[in-house]
Amino acid sequence: MRRGAVALLVLAAALIALPFVVTNEFYLNLASQILIYALLAVSLNLLVGYGGLVSLGHASFLGLTAYAATLFVGWGTGQLGAALIAVVFSTLCGALFGVLALRATGIGFLMITLALGQIVWGIAYRANTLTDGDNGLRYPARPRPFGLDISSAPTFYWFTLAVFAIAVFVIWRLTRSPFGAALQGARDQPRRMRMLGHNVWLIQWLAFVLAAFWGSIAGLLYVYYNLFISPHAISLQQSAEVLLMAILGGASSFAGPIVGAVIITLVKNVVSSYVDRWNSLLGAIFVVVILFMPFGIVPGVRQLLARWRKPAKIPERAA
Amino acid sequence: MQFWIVQTLNSIAFGGLLFLLSSGFSLAFGLMRIPNLAHGGFFMLGAYFGATITYFGGNFWLAVLGSGLGVGLIGIVFERLILRQLAGNVQGQVLVTLGVSFIIADLCLMIWTGDPWTVAAPAELRPPIRLGGFAFPTFRLVVLGIALVTAVALYLLMDRTRLGAMIRAGVDDMEMARGVGIPVSLLFTVVFCLGAVLAGLGGTLGAPMLNAYPGLDADMLPLALIVVILGGAGSLLGAFVGSFVVGFLYNFGIALFPDLAYFILFLPMVLVLVFMPQGLFGRVIS
Repeated sequence: MRRGAVALLVLAAALIALPFVVTNEFYLNLASQILIYALLAVSLNLLVGYGGLVSLGHASFLGLTAYAATLFVGWGTGQLGAALIAVVFSTLCGALFGVLALRATGIGFLMITLALGQIVWGIAYRANTLTDGDNGLRYPARPRPFGLDISSAPTFYWFTLAVFAIAVFVIWRLTRSPFGAALQGARDQPRRMRMLGHNVWLIQWLAFVLAAFWGSIAGLLYVYYNLFISPHAISLQQSAEVLLMAILGGASSFAGPIVGAVIITLVKNVVSSYVDRWNSLLGAIFVVVILFMPFGIVPGVRQLLARWRKPAKIPERAA
Repeated sequence: MQFWIVQTLNSIAFGGLLFLLSSGFSLAFGLMRIPNLAHGGFFMLGAYFGATITYFGGNFWLAVLGSGLGVGLIGIVFERLILRQLAGNVQGQVLVTLGVSFIIADLCLMIWTGDPWTVAAPAELRPPIRLGGFAFPTFRLVVLGIALVTAVALYLLMDRTRLGAMIRAGVDDMEMARGVGIPVSLLFTVVFCLGAVLAGLGGTLGAPMLNAYPGLDADMLPLALIVVILGGAGSLLGAFVGSFVVGFLYNFGIALFPDLAYFILFLPMVLVLVFMPQGLFGRVIS
């Protein structure tokens, strides 16, 4: 446990010091993007990993927040007001979507989230008077939280890192809380949980709303980073990419989605600069991961490490 | 008046097209318990195959047949080589169909470029039918007719043949069906292939109305999903009713409130989910 704490401190120090080492803006911006997607993936994993509810519409919360924030800033509510309204609006949409999607379980849940996500996308794409369709909307300028200027690449990275750290800590605490245990119980043994007097539906719905809330925070960071939102950011591809991050890294572990976000974002950026066949590659990674690595990287590596550390223990158990 | 009549007719014709898209999707979903998320991709492939065959001078009906067979073949290969590996892992299967849908979309973009391909309706069907002062597009009526014939054929297949009885048994209780010796896994291939053939045919038949363009798959897949959410998975009648409901809503939505067309689709889905989560005619309890 202590070793873990030291490792975490070293990692935190390294992340904070990153802008001093990496002075190239491109790579620093890439790091900010990774943090944003990692937060989105971690929030989705609350549903996928801890709740056992595979959602294919999670990017819609990123989009709802980003669009709402942009529109409200345009209508003159000010940065803080727009941010608050956007997150509240998107979380409320999450509450509604949760009610609808939780009418079904398993594949039905997946289908309904997919349909809802596509509807959000369709509205963004078709409602020209509001969203300007395919052209997307510009966000005027990054805000100045507490008077701090976050317009440069390093300052924005630190801002994103701070939000990311707070969010991930809160989500991590949540997964360790009685609520987290109840959520996992509802995933594994819904009938027993009901017998014990838990309201399984309510637990799963709350998880959905919380996932939507943290996804909305990621959406806010997204629009601050890009200063632009278009339907492409909330297409099915995006929702699938985020889901792939969680599954590739390992949905059963807390760190998995973060590792997945790092890998997918890096591969996407590297590949996109050489060839424009990213979607084929995305599809191929999907197929390969599901066929050959169903539990993802982090649990897989952990298993390997455990075997490497205590090689004698496995035959003992077998005997 | 002209507007309403023409739009109503267009809606019915579009509903027929949706039935070709979603009947196979719904049957495969009912039997295999998975929505094939590459189904929109199959439809788009059908449209591109049709566009290619007619581009090289092929007859339109030959193109319909060719794309049905071509897409059906792809469906068989996909089911046998990939989905089969994941038997029992429903979630994995769905995600694999999603992965394959991205590959199909990207390959289509690579092969047929980003520009839309138009397909001309067969020459003999281009002049509109005139009736009491109104002009109806003949081709759309023919598509509707094909959809209705398909619906009757599927009904007879499901209701009157041994194969259909086996499929219904598999949809209702797979374990028991296996237990009495029905080759359910072979039925998987048959039904999946049937869905792919229908999507392929539908793609080419729809191409003169919709064109073949990148993103056609993403436009059609949600419609198929909503049809199945409305009608219930595995129900032919549900797919039939759902297709025409969605056809009407979508067509009138686009004509009257273009900004809100998707939102209008959302309403019946919400109502059905809240009051009848199994869908209107659903058989599968998932």
